Amino acid sequence: MTQTLNFVALLGRALISACSTLGNVALFALVGVSHLVRPPFQFRQFWRHFIEIAYFSLPVVALTALFTGMVLALQSFTGFSRFNAESAIASVVVLSVTRELGPVLAGLMVAGRIGAAVAAELGTMRVTDQIDALTTLSTDPMKYLVAPRLLAATLAMPLLVLVADILGVLGGYLIGTVKLGFVSETYLSNSWNVLQTMDVVSGLVKAAVFGFIIALMGAWCGYNSKGGAQGVGQATTRAVVASSILILALDYVITEAFFSR
Amino acid sequence: MSAVSDRGAESSTPKIRLRGLRKAFGDKVVLDGVDLDVRAGHSMVILGGSGSGKSVTIKCILGLITPDSGLIEIDGRDVGKMSHREREAILDRTGMLFQNGALFDSLPVWENVCFKLLAQKRITRAQARDKAAEALAQVGLAASVGDLSPAELSGGMQKRVALARAVAAQPDIIFFDEPTTGLDPIMGAVIDGLIVDCVQRLGATAFSITHDMASARRIGDDAAMIHKGRIIWAGSAQTLGDTGNEMVDQFARGEREGPIQMELRK
Repeated sequence: MTQTLNFVALLGRALISACSTLGNVALFALVGVSHLVRPPFQFRQFWRHFIEIAYFSLPVVALTALFTGMVLALQSFTGFSRFNAESAIASVVVLSVTRELGPVLAGLMVAGRIGAAVAAELGTMRVTDQIDALTTLSTDPMKYLVAPRLLAATLAMPLLVLVADILGVLGGYLIGTVKLGFVSETYLSNSWNVLQTMDVVSGLVKAAVFGFIIALMGAWCGYNSKGGAQGVGQATTRAVVASSILILALDYVITEAFFSR
Repeated sequence: MSAVSDRGAESSTPKIRLRGLRKAFGDKVVLDGVDLDVRAGHSMVILGGSGSGKSVTIKCILGLITPDSGLIEIDGRDVGKMSHREREAILDRTGMLFQNGALFDSLPVWENVCFKLLAQKRITRAQARDKAAEALAQVGLAASVGDLSPAELSGGMQKRVALARAVAAQPDIIFFDEPTTGLDPIMGAVIDGLIVDCVQRLGATAFSITHDMASARRIGDDAAMIHKGRIIWAGSAQTLGDTGNEMVDQFARGEREGPIQMELRK
């Protein structure tokens, strides 16, 4: 009986802790977003982070998308050839890349690169008193550190995903035409005919949401880190893990919202 | 620090007044009813061992930590009853030198020094470079240091830059958190001298915390000792080591035997 009660108590504590964390993250996000509509605006900070995310993440996202498109075409061919459905490969590649793989893989790559960097930078600033220093220098840390990152990641991710979409489809096209013997025009027309505006739009909406989540989790984990180097390391890990899980979970939610019948 | 003791207009209202300040983190009570007055235009030094509540006191005054209870007054006004805008106005005329400098890694030295002025749009970026060079010169650094990043500076240089940043906006209250910690004795004396010069030049009220007795005597007009979250003594900084209070004298002389050690053995 005591063991059962202890177990229930443990579950209760975990639930309360989870709700408390969720509430704190939501409040943090709300405050961060509120600074985006209240002057003064941190254009310089926004631009710095936008370049960092959109431009410097480009190589890793581009390579990921290109190879994913190539592998997808190759694997689809292996499966579809058993049913004499090779002609569907172009459709599968373009829909998979624009709807799912582009935003999700770009999101995961950016989470690893930017989410970790944001958490580490803010975590280090926290444990070295730099965030307190901002306050004493008449600057709201949420306005200076968090809000520009939220906006930059939200706007940069759709651009990255647009590039990922193009390169993913290009990867499939290259494998299709060079290795699998598709006629170039047929492959392209198959891709173009099946693609609808909503496929691309849903991917870009996902990208914007993922960008916001990556910046939010990185900022929240870093901003609230404690201790020294170990605390910063833990914050970095938490940021990447949390944003990766949220990306996958929200991917399902957004897909349901766009495409459920 | 006689240099500042005869400076500044005496006023019956303390610049900073603390009454019954309490703060606990979980079960650990850090501040247990701190009462303290800091006279306008004077330099107050708070002494105390590690974990005695010195840094928490400063953070409560600056609003970086919210106390559980107690009164904090600045210029006779209760900080707890101030609006957000009024608190910002208080911070606008406050400077702070953090223990480890807390310089912003992502910005060059000149931007660190003029951060507050730039944030408040009181000067342009072009003017900020000149202003930073001026502020750096006042702490004995060449203008060329302004183009370096904080990571390229030695500990002593970082402290000087942090001091330049703390005073660049000409605050009337300046807080110093362990200004000489981690520095060799000569560099410590240099920093103390710079602190005295800056405070004197600005006519500011200084509030320092330290456990460096030589530094306390150099920069302080008044001193107080905090122990177990309470002020156990307050008086002239020049009497440190000969105050008649056993705890303070033991601490000031750095003696192993005494009431503080005896309490630790319990």
